[in-house]
Amino acid sequence: MHISEGVLSAPELGVGALLTVVGLGIGLRRMDYERLPEVAILSSVFFVASLIHVPIGPSAAHLVLTGLCGTLLGWMAFPAIFVGLSLQAILFGFGGVTTLGINTFNMAFPAVILGMLLRHFLNSSNYKFRIAVEFVAGSGSILISGLLVALCLVIALGQSMRAAAQVVVLAHVPVMIIEGLITVFVIEFIRKVRPEML
Amino acid sequence: MEMEELAVGKSWVHGIDPRLKIVIMLVFSILVALNNNIHVVTASLLLSILLIVTARLDVRFMLRRLGMVNGFILFLWFFMPFTASGENIYSLGPIDIKREGVHQALLITIKSNAIVMMGITMLGTSSVFSLIHAMSHLYVPDKIVHLFFFCFRYIHVINDEYQRLKNAMRMRGFRPRTNMHTYKSYSYLVGMLLIRSFDRSRRILQAMKCRGFRNKFYILHHYEMKKFDYAVAFSSVAFAVFILVLN
Repeated sequence: MHISEGVLSAPELGVGALLTVVGLGIGLRRMDYERLPEVAILSSVFFVASLIHVPIGPSAAHLVLTGLCGTLLGWMAFPAIFVGLSLQAILFGFGGVTTLGINTFNMAFPAVILGMLLRHFLNSSNYKFRIAVEFVAGSGSILISGLLVALCLVIALGQSMRAAAQVVVLAHVPVMIIEGLITVFVIEFIRKVRPEML
Repeated sequence: MEMEELAVGKSWVHGIDPRLKIVIMLVFSILVALNNNIHVVTASLLLSILLIVTARLDVRFMLRRLGMVNGFILFLWFFMPFTASGENIYSLGPIDIKREGVHQALLITIKSNAIVMMGITMLGTSSVFSLIHAMSHLYVPDKIVHLFFFCFRYIHVINDEYQRLKNAMRMRGFRPRTNMHTYKSYSYLVGMLLIRSFDRSRRILQAMKCRGFRNKFYILHHYEMKKFDYAVAFSSVAFAVFILVLN
């Protein structure tokens, strides 16, 4: 979920921007020019995937797939997600320049951390354990992102936003489950078809 | 996919140097986002609207886009007027509407829309490639500029591929529902997109190497600030000073 412009105050925006600059710095350092086309083009895939709406009961949600992005790209997911969010802001007006820092951090940080932690277990021979790990990478990224957004709202607008913050987290629950499932299926698919990508 | 449809046009806003547009949008966003004076913020909103009108942008298109962007703001309106502390302005049974909450929600709504409108007017009226080119002049790191360039260049290609796969699924009778089959099918669609793109990126890298790519794009066309751009820059500075003084 993008936090809109005008909601947060200077300290949060500043801290968000700073953290994102650090994340971008690490990500860019890890990404040499050999891997640049790969990161950029996977970033376009994640952009296009965010236009796919999957049905959840009577409603629908668009794919986010930050967990998958973190699993495939590690720290390089930071610049990939940053570029995706910037293009969404430029092309569709979602989010904006002052919230770009905090929004990138909220989405990329959980994905990178979970992706980095769980990547080591992806080649485990224990099938059930592996599936569980993939599910956690997908759903956990969404959960932590949701918690971070809720936290930002409470810090910016005060304790009175507690109810709204709870709704934000609850709204992430169905998306979390779908994202977990889809992450599992996508990674298992890649394992079968193009294992060198993992 | 709707994108860049405002970029063609001949108004004065379309003619501003893209570098200047990015700087104006940045400064405007920061000044408005950090301002808590409702009069100043409203003046900024009016300025944004004035720019949209004089840039002769499609108003209906603009409203549609603002409608999408205001989802989050609408969500806040469901909470802020009721959960704030302080003075009541209206009681509706057990629900109190607080002055402080309404004020804060209104402030956020105006700020957010002012910034989004300015963003669409400034950035939407340039092609994305010219903005990326402008970024390289504004000291954005080379790798980021390259990422933007490649990412945007291939969004269209990948979207075409997505549409093709989607049509193929539809022709085989796929209908999305809330079930495992649907999620699995979408996952395989995404997986296929990722794998094809991964292979494509390998080919691109090889093609670039064959052509002697040395980690640098050589820019042949350079921007030049014209008198008109200086006039725009001067008025923007004047407006910025106006906001800061009023604060």
